[in-house]
Amino acid sequence: MKSVTSDNTKEFLVREVLHKTAYSHDAETQKKLSYVGRERIHKPLIYVGMATCGVIAGANAIFASIKEYLSGYNYNVDLVEGGCIGFCSMEPIIDIQLPGRSRVVFGKVTEELVPHLLDEMLNYSIPQGVTIIGQYSNDIFQNWEGVPEVAQHPFYLNQQRNLLTHCGVIDPVSVSEYIARGGYQAFCRCIARQTPAEVCRTVEESKLTGRGGGSFPVGEKWNLVQNAFTGQKYFIANAVESDPGSYMNRMIIESNPHLLIESLLIGAYATGSSKAILFTRKEFHLAISRFETALQQARDYGLIGHNILDSGVNIEIVVKKGARAFVCGEETALINALEGKRAMPEAKPPYPTEKGLWDKPTCVNNVETLINVPLILSNGPEWYRTTGTFNSKGTKIFTLSGRTQYKGIVEVAMGTQFKTIVEGIGGGMKDKGKFKAIFLGINSGNFITENTFDYRVDIDELRNIGISLGSGGFAVADESVCMVDMAAHFTEFFHRESCGKCIPCREGTAIISQILKQATRRPNALKKTTALERFKGIMQLKSVSTVIRDTSLCALGRSAPNAILSVMQNFNAELKSHIYDRKCPAGVCRGLRVFSIDPDKCIGCTVCFKKCPADAVIGSAKHPHYIIEERCTGCGICYDSCKFNAISIH
Amino acid sequence: MENSISHIFEQYPNKLREDLIPILNDIQQEFGYLPEQALQEVSAYLSLSVNKVYGVATFYDNFRFVRQGKFHIRVCTGTACKMENASVLVAELEKQLKISPGQTDPDFAFSLEVVSCLGGCSAAPVIEVNGNYFIELKATDLKFILSQFRAKVELL
Repeated sequence: MKSVTSDNTKEFLVREVLHKTAYSHDAETQKKLSYVGRERIHKPLIYVGMATCGVIAGANAIFASIKEYLSGYNYNVDLVEGGCIGFCSMEPIIDIQLPGRSRVVFGKVTEELVPHLLDEMLNYSIPQGVTIIGQYSNDIFQNWEGVPEVAQHPFYLNQQRNLLTHCGVIDPVSVSEYIARGGYQAFCRCIARQTPAEVCRTVEESKLTGRGGGSFPVGEKWNLVQNAFTGQKYFIANAVESDPGSYMNRMIIESNPHLLIESLLIGAYATGSSKAILFTRKEFHLAISRFETALQQARDYGLIGHNILDSGVNIEIVVKKGARAFVCGEETALINALEGKRAMPEAKPPYPTEKGLWDKPTCVNNVETLINVPLILSNGPEWYRTTGTFNSKGTKIFTLSGRTQYKGIVEVAMGTQFKTIVEGIGGGMKDKGKFKAIFLGINSGNFITENTFDYRVDIDELRNIGISLGSGGFAVADESVCMVDMAAHFTEFFHRESCGKCIPCREGTAIISQILKQATRRPNALKKTTALERFKGIMQLKSVSTVIRDTSLCALGRSAPNAILSVMQNFNAELKSHIYDRKCPAGVCRGLRVFSIDPDKCIGCTVCFKKCPADAVIGSAKHPHYIIEERCTGCGICYDSCKFNAISIH
Repeated sequence: MENSISHIFEQYPNKLREDLIPILNDIQQEFGYLPEQALQEVSAYLSLSVNKVYGVATFYDNFRFVRQGKFHIRVCTGTACKMENASVLVAELEKQLKISPGQTDPDFAFSLEVVSCLGGCSAAPVIEVNGNYFIELKATDLKFILSQFRAKVELL
């Protein structure tokens, strides 16, 4: 086995796996594949989780220190820049696999820990004093004693990782590893044995729906493009991901670019498009560079281009780098951006499936939606339908963030309760906080509250209560988060990002934003009309929101007032206390905060007196100080700087 | 200027409208912003009116029209960062640097940008300075971080 060179591997994989398109392999091939796929290894293997979340947490420094360690000791070890296993709050994560032993995952690795960790591990013992997430135990290797299973970790226990199986486990830019672990085989089988119409039908039977927010049946969309009689058609993967607080598409491309390439190839084949495009943002440097490397490798294996694997199928894949604008996620806006124009949505119909890019039939799918397809083709639509609820099949990926204990990219079966995600996967609230709401993707602008906490991730069930699943943002808020402040933030975001094409969205978001600003601003004693203006605004809030929701051109505009409507519906008391009592119960809205000093606790250290930028604190040394409410701007500097906890917020 | 931008044009020999955004992206990567003269050259190269080029460039929020500072600070205000008081960070940075988001200070040392998501939601709030990330930041840490960068500015 040791003599296998990369050329040999390529020949073996292309001949034995890609061309044969068999569902199972004989024992010898199987064993060979497990070496190519690095399930079995000859020398120690170290993966460093280096997707964006890992890099942000400092994985580059960890990688460098591991490299330095290895160069000093002259070990023969494979060091790999890996992807992300989704457990982002444990980053930086490294995986170590030794020959004959199962793979162990370490979290929260620091540069100082690296030498100790490697010293112990390379001598076949589990180090003390490090965070161990778990091991991937199996029958062929000896398992580590006393190390729990990765799958048994609370973070993974309630997840069903169908799509993310390989993310963070394989080398993202190794085509051989991907093929050896079953990759590209669904595509090869479908070009060898199925017609495009059959592929579309299989996808339709699986009841897969779009994950970008619209929940449109994917098979139906593909059929429309497939049935269009024109020469050129386009197939586009939408990886713009402009929704703040979700980064799973970026993570998928960074961790498993070959999966997306395979999905693109299948989609392009099924719709009869000879050109597939990945449209993403220039800012996703890492994702783009990994995708381009992967593209090159796939081309080298003859999987892209002219006459793929002698099947007569021609598919070309290109990467297009766009700029940042929230509306780019809308399919017609995305097509305009691809054509080099301002990304403004167009009125539908005509739908892109009839008249899309360069007026040709175009299929636009979200990355997360697309990567379901190889799975459906490999295991059959019946298998796919076993996961999920009556109308929502498969799994959904969320970016779990906010005030939970564990955070990261999670994949759950449709039908999982929101409660399970927060309390099980998220490990409950951080710092014993009380659950308040889940922001389910900013572009859906909907909140899951305590009343709807028992609801399941199910498109129909949520639609009944007027909520769309959104694109996958999942931010959990506790009692310390002010809902009015968040609604103001979301509306401000929509106002800033509105493309300006239609009036309801452009002007309406400006009006709502202004009203909410007034509601959270400190009352101005000098100007007597402010109260009147404020009340006038509040009275209009509902009607303006409804107009935006009902008359905006695109789905993004229509969802702009959802946040404030949700607050009115679910957190009315909080909104009222901002308006009538001029108080922010969570103590977040700066303009409404009032500070006072407890004379019993204040020793007159004069720190707050010196630091107050508004000269609102008065008093002399060694005597309790006092805050003049009229002068106070609510900045909270005194509160943060007081060492005696003498200052309180009202 | 002419020499420094022609190599970007070489990558786009077809002179198509669809090349506009990629060209603007490349120019911004090279200069850190979109210089006026470069935009005029782009308009001549692609045979588009300058208005159209500006129309597209001003539409997308990552394009800047003022020179970037030696240290470009990007503050994330995504949902997760916002919940962890990212707006306090923005206010503190504005105060310390005496510039607003989108501006550069007079000695071109610092420039400030507010972005909608950096992809580090689990380590919120996050800021990025020239590719270095600072995570789980508190407003009180900023003074120290900025003073370190200030010391470096003088060396540059």
